[in-house]
Amino acid sequence: MNAGDTAWILTSSALVFLMTPGVAFFYGGMARRKNFLSLLMQCFFIACLVGLQWVLFGYSLSFAPDTGMGIIGSLDWLGLRGVGFEANPDYSGTIPHLSFMIFQAMFAIITPALIVGAFAERIKFSAFALLILLWTTLVYDPIAHWVWGTGGWLRDLGALDFAGGIVVHVSSGVSALVMAILIGRRLGFEKKAFVPHNLPLTVLGGALLWFGWFGFNGGSALGANGLAANAFVNTNTATAAAGLAWALVEWWKHGTPTVLGIVTGAVAGLVAITPACGFVTPMSAIMIGLLAGIFCFLAVTVLKPKLGYDDSLDVFGVHGVGGIWGTLATGLFAEVAVNSAGADGLLFGNAKLFLVQCVYLLACVTYAVVVTWILFKVVDAIIGVRVDRKDELVGLDLTQHHESAYTILE
Amino acid sequence: MKYIVAVIQPHKLEEVTQALEEVDVNLMTVSTVLGRGRQKGHTEVYRGVKEVGTLLKKVKLEIAVNEEFVKVTVDAIIKGARTGEVGDGKIFVLDLCDVVRISSGERGGKAIG
Repeated sequence: MNAGDTAWILTSSALVFLMTPGVAFFYGGMARRKNFLSLLMQCFFIACLVGLQWVLFGYSLSFAPDTGMGIIGSLDWLGLRGVGFEANPDYSGTIPHLSFMIFQAMFAIITPALIVGAFAERIKFSAFALLILLWTTLVYDPIAHWVWGTGGWLRDLGALDFAGGIVVHVSSGVSALVMAILIGRRLGFEKKAFVPHNLPLTVLGGALLWFGWFGFNGGSALGANGLAANAFVNTNTATAAAGLAWALVEWWKHGTPTVLGIVTGAVAGLVAITPACGFVTPMSAIMIGLLAGIFCFLAVTVLKPKLGYDDSLDVFGVHGVGGIWGTLATGLFAEVAVNSAGADGLLFGNAKLFLVQCVYLLACVTYAVVVTWILFKVVDAIIGVRVDRKDELVGLDLTQHHESAYTILE
Repeated sequence: MKYIVAVIQPHKLEEVTQALEEVDVNLMTVSTVLGRGRQKGHTEVYRGVKEVGTLLKKVKLEIAVNEEFVKVTVDAIIKGARTGEVGDGKIFVLDLCDVVRISSGERGGKAIG
């Protein structure tokens, strides 16, 4: 047991927690004023819902000893039975098992919260709640088990994902795309631009994400050590490169850099460095960040309009595309010299890692897409996922929550 | 000259603007206002305390036109804003004494467009 490690992981858990309200403001600022509260509510609700789901059975499904096929954890740790003060050497030998559990809880919470940007401004709240509970249990928990759980089949295959590029970002990003397509475009899509109602709040949310991400990536070293410092430095470096890249490409193509652009680029960089931050050097992090800014810019400004889906706040364009790039980039830029528990990537003469990363991507994307599609159809058949036309026009704040974000008169 | 004031549903602004453009009426002033008519308000609840709103958010358009444009303007607003339900809004047509274009000092009908 190590006091420094324990302190750092508990601190990191609190940092990662802050990302959920962060993403709420990041998205909320981009929404129209009549739907602002609904986005804050959805993220806060997820913090409560998944916060309980995780300690009751989610943690057991993801991290308890495997049931035998590498697919899902057993129910041995239901209600945190046996998860206590002692360390669990399978995951982290130097910190209490409880602190590992709560660090992971914050990941389980932020992941579905990322999705809400896809169906923003048109989802019925009851359907949202059911859909999220099913998604976190049947999509997130199994994928987390495959990659991180003892006996998980991808963990044994040798795929590298330092802090959850696939488990968190690709899984939420591609699921978001499926949901955006299935729920359909917002009323008025293509006839007018949906202008963000409060960009300063989006900047505040983006800044909270950047801040919290130091815990997300740095904490994933599971110790207060050099590896944590490397992840921390890479996180900042890639994010800086990606924000700058987006702003510069925008400047070149559209004439001016924009605030929404630089913040979005920064988030794309945070996403892309997530799987790689514990395996690459800061100079590689610059390359990963620069290209993340460019790829995500293209996904949001070229790919999305061309395909015509309404991923309202670009969950797929930022988390899906950024996460896929980061996972592949790990297969290119990883170095044993940085982390002896890792592997060399393609650029350092090892093609096998790159192939494993591709298998890893393919498996998780396919699983997330198929199961999300089924879950959406089931919930749609039971409750109906979309609000009716009139409620959508009036806005979700008034119709789903009976509140307004702003008053006009005192 | 007439001064046309219309109070409409906020989400109908797009369609009204489009209908007005089709009849070559391009100048207007727009504001968000609160109003009460026959449409029921939304109930809001804050920590269990109910607030039955009687004032609803509307959009107000103000358009100054010469006589020959009065009918097409009113018709275009109706075309864009009507759903047939209570709450679609109202149009008021007022006499307008004078118009001054500040940049040139022109007055009356030729200062309107």
